Amino acid sequence: MRSPLARARSVPHRTWVRYRFVALFLTPIMALYIYLRILPTGQAFLMSFYKWELIKPAEKFLGLDNYANLLKDDNFRQAFLNTTIFAIVTTIISVFLALMLAAVLSRYVRGRLGGLLELLYFAPVLVPMVPVTLGWREIFNYNHGVLNAALGVFGIAKQPWLSDPTMALAAVVILSVWKQVGYNMIILLVGMRAIPIIYHEAAAVDGASAWQQFRKITMPLLAPVTLFVVVITTISAYNVFTQVYVLASDVQGAPGKLVRVLVYDIFENGFRFFKMGYAASEAVYLFLIIMALTIIQFRFLRGSQS
Amino acid sequence: MTKARRNRRPLKDRILYGIVVLLLLAGGLIMVFPIFWLFSTSLRLAPELNVVPPHLLPDHWTLANFEKAFTKAPLLGYMWNSIAFATVSTVFILLTSTIAGYIFAKFKFPGNNALFMLVLATAIVPFEIYMVPLFLQMKTLGLIDKPLGLFLPFLVMSYGIFFMRQNTQTSVPDELLDAARIDGMGEARIMLLMVPRLLAPAMSALAILAFIQAWTAFIWPLLILNNPKSFPMELGLSQFANSFSVDFGLVSAAAVVAMAPTLIAFLFLRRRIVDGITLTGLKG
Repeated sequence: MRSPLARARSVPHRTWVRYRFVALFLTPIMALYIYLRILPTGQAFLMSFYKWELIKPAEKFLGLDNYANLLKDDNFRQAFLNTTIFAIVTTIISVFLALMLAAVLSRYVRGRLGGLLELLYFAPVLVPMVPVTLGWREIFNYNHGVLNAALGVFGIAKQPWLSDPTMALAAVVILSVWKQVGYNMIILLVGMRAIPIIYHEAAAVDGASAWQQFRKITMPLLAPVTLFVVVITTISAYNVFTQVYVLASDVQGAPGKLVRVLVYDIFENGFRFFKMGYAASEAVYLFLIIMALTIIQFRFLRGSQS
Repeated sequence: MTKARRNRRPLKDRILYGIVVLLLLAGGLIMVFPIFWLFSTSLRLAPELNVVPPHLLPDHWTLANFEKAFTKAPLLGYMWNSIAFATVSTVFILLTSTIAGYIFAKFKFPGNNALFMLVLATAIVPFEIYMVPLFLQMKTLGLIDKPLGLFLPFLVMSYGIFFMRQNTQTSVPDELLDAARIDGMGEARIMLLMVPRLLAPAMSALAILAFIQAWTAFIWPLLILNNPKSFPMELGLSQFANSFSVDFGLVSAAAVVAMAPTLIAFLFLRRRIVDGITLTGLKG
């Protein structure tokens, strides 16, 4: 066993030059990173065990009381339920539609027409959320909205898209599927185009129909990409905020109140009622959901590779 | 060639193909309809807005809503704030991610793995989880309602560091670095002058991701800013829409102004943006 000093002396000069370089450039970046990411993340866990208010930090240690109280809190339960329904429905519909689109666009409609269609479906991904949500707000308008007018053509009665909580949740789902489907489609398209065409040709020679090829070749080979798309869509859906804030105002015009979602509830507890410890424990619940989803993804990906 | 082959297909297949294309086109038009509808609504005045059923195009075209929108809200100011915010954020994220990613990929030093694991572990934590403590930190620094308070959390990106490390491993060969060292180039010059050339495609993809992230940021500006003068576009527009919620023409005009830079950027950089998004998306 050599002393640390002796070991340090045995390191050649060139290595010291590199260490100095690393220290010089990496230290400021990691300092910034630790201050802006790791410190607040750790602090969120710490705060969740305290009664912690804006002007009275670390007022009282509560243990798990915040967590227990949240489970009895009607607002939190409503937010959890809404967000979960939103996440599941948005993910299922947007991934299903994206799969269908990608399958058709990768195999049948190609060339300029395919490019044009890709562009049309991808356009909503790129426009910022607030302006397009305002566009949808007009489409969903009860009296003169296009959607109710279109439903009228089929003899369906006008729907209160922006005043009934359930319909408003549906409206947020429609808007979010519309915004997400192009992104999912592009990722799945890349995955499908990576599947060697020879598999399909061989299957076609053996008389497999298009549907059989999709079921037996595309789907299994695409499973890891599909899982990735499902997980990122679910995670981003659990963090939904902007579109709800802009679209779902309540009768008094309070933004986001009509469809309570988790991030909105964290926002309200933390920044309107200044119950910051309580808001932090709510954030930890959200974190646990997201971590579970991430672990599921890693599990399955490892499973499918071995 | 393709056309000839298609014509040789049986009639049934050709009809089916036609139906699929028509359905896809109809779906595609529905996809761009909300964007079109904002334009259409912004060009008409109040009485026409309440026509049931609504007409697809205005009966009387007018730019009055745009004139009014610019006088009712500092839209150009919001735009400038967004451009400044997104640019500063993008430059810093490129710088910090490339340097950290390159060092993590190419240098052996005590703590390399531990530090990188720390970055990787926090990469899955969404902003919404730590925004409350982050707000308190900014308050301690006296940065509430200050542009610096808005910018600071957007100077580093966990995923960016991870992404640049991966790209350094695949597109910066050790032999090239050693050759440069033998030629007497210093480490700093190698990293700042030579490496970025090899990483240009990855850096441009990351730049697009970072720019979009800052441009569309919503909840952080909402928390940290009170003075409408420093609002970025997204936040400014949402407040504008809230105060004039019944004047649909006016709100649509402001929304069109807010969308314009994105649409123009997309028109010119379409391929690059789509490639950038798939590149950064797939390596996640």
